[in-house]
Amino acid sequence: MNPLPKLRQWLDERFEWDDLIAPLREKAVPLHRLSYWYFLGGITLFLFVIQVLTGILLLLYYRPGANEAFESVQYIMTQVQFGWLIRSVHSWSANLMIFTAFAHMFSVLFLKAYRKPRELTWVSGVILLFLVMGFGFSGYLLPWNTLAFFATKVGTEITGQVPIVGKPMMIFLRGGEEVTGATLTRFFGFHVAVLPGLATLLILVHVLLVQRLGISVPPKLEVEWTANPSVKREMKFFPNFLLRELMAWYVALGVLGALAAIFPWNLGVKADPFVPAPAGIKPEWYFLFMFQTLKLIPPKVWFIDGEILGVLAFGVIGLLWLLLPFFESDHPSRTKRWITGVAIFALAYVAGMTVYGHFAK
Amino acid sequence: MINPSERLSAPLPRRRFVEVLLSGGFLATAAAFFYPVLRYLIPPKASDLGADSVVAGRVGELKPNSGKIFRFGNRPGLLIRTADGQYRAMSATCTHLSCTVQYRDDLHEVWCACHNGMYDLNGRNISGPPPRPLESYEVQVRGEEIFVRRRREA
Repeated sequence: MNPLPKLRQWLDERFEWDDLIAPLREKAVPLHRLSYWYFLGGITLFLFVIQVLTGILLLLYYRPGANEAFESVQYIMTQVQFGWLIRSVHSWSANLMIFTAFAHMFSVLFLKAYRKPRELTWVSGVILLFLVMGFGFSGYLLPWNTLAFFATKVGTEITGQVPIVGKPMMIFLRGGEEVTGATLTRFFGFHVAVLPGLATLLILVHVLLVQRLGISVPPKLEVEWTANPSVKREMKFFPNFLLRELMAWYVALGVLGALAAIFPWNLGVKADPFVPAPAGIKPEWYFLFMFQTLKLIPPKVWFIDGEILGVLAFGVIGLLWLLLPFFESDHPSRTKRWITGVAIFALAYVAGMTVYGHFAK
Repeated sequence: MINPSERLSAPLPRRRFVEVLLSGGFLATAAAFFYPVLRYLIPPKASDLGADSVVAGRVGELKPNSGKIFRFGNRPGLLIRTADGQYRAMSATCTHLSCTVQYRDDLHEVWCACHNGMYDLNGRNISGPPPRPLESYEVQVRGEEIFVRRRREA
């Protein structure tokens, strides 16, 4: 006899399970030629789960501290069986996750999925993107190698440039005036406790909003479908879309495994505060567009320090980016064209500056 | 005869009193929680191992036209032996974004790899983003040892 119906009945009697999953049965995904872009959010979520799992595995051997961190990662990579693979998957998955998060954001932007009533989904998503970059920045320091040491030094120094609040924030981040073992301890705490807690909470909010509001349809189609409901096409989320999403995850897993195995992440040289910064030092690719912009701003613009100007500009742009849906029209037939223009410009700028930063000396 | 408005307003001051007491109590409790936490977040001041004078190296250790990083307290310093054999010493912390600078024997200049900042042999910022010169130190050769000390404020 199949025990599943019994189990289901048992659960239903205890907390009305059927009512709980009822919305999932009703859930449908709009079908059109751009439906493929709906996979990106799910893939990002999948990579986040991989990060949590591999992160927990790394915690079994990793030891924070200036005298131990590098050696413990070295130990993971050379002594622990498959340690190199776990660390490589963690690093690659982190990079892929940042990439898919960016891609997801731009797809939402171009499909205008942030429009009323989905403003809060956008806001929570952008905050999640900031958190993901925080994960990247804090995790990068943990192996305590030279590149990480100087990247952290420069990154926190840039924070210190912000007028008034900058210096105290820098000292808070560094755990003192300089980047030392105290910084490593703090970053470790942010990376494995503070950020995962915040991110999990926000992911729940983000996904719950998607469940409540349903999946957005691009404005042009929305107008068409409202005028003529007979042309509307949808796919059931469960099981049709979910099975396709699972296949997308499987492909993502394949790409991740291949990258991690063929290009294992290297460890570099142990950080030493008393050696010069190595030539050709650069931040990770997802910070390159900001790094390259800061490099291009002259040291003094009028009477303001170029660096301060750049940091403030990025702060203001980040805030406007967060609030972007509130500039959009409520009517699908009157969406603002300039927002699409801004989106194209932003994508071109970020992509262009990243490539430029990669090849610039 | 009781005025109806009086009857209505009579219990209010008492309720208001309880409200103030409660919310004041909660605020005080919150402050008592958050104040220590906020103070805890600020790291204690590290004792600056600000030695005024250190041994940066030994005579003969540096060839002409080369440089080395030495510990000056808890910060790095740069000791250079110029092509004509003179010693120069300065802070090795770039004034731009705090990377550690190095001596470039091909350019006879001090270079920061992070953002391509350049200083001359006296620590003056000559190109790139650095906004200020590097602090230069006094060098004294005593016997076999090269001493570096902070310049006294004039």
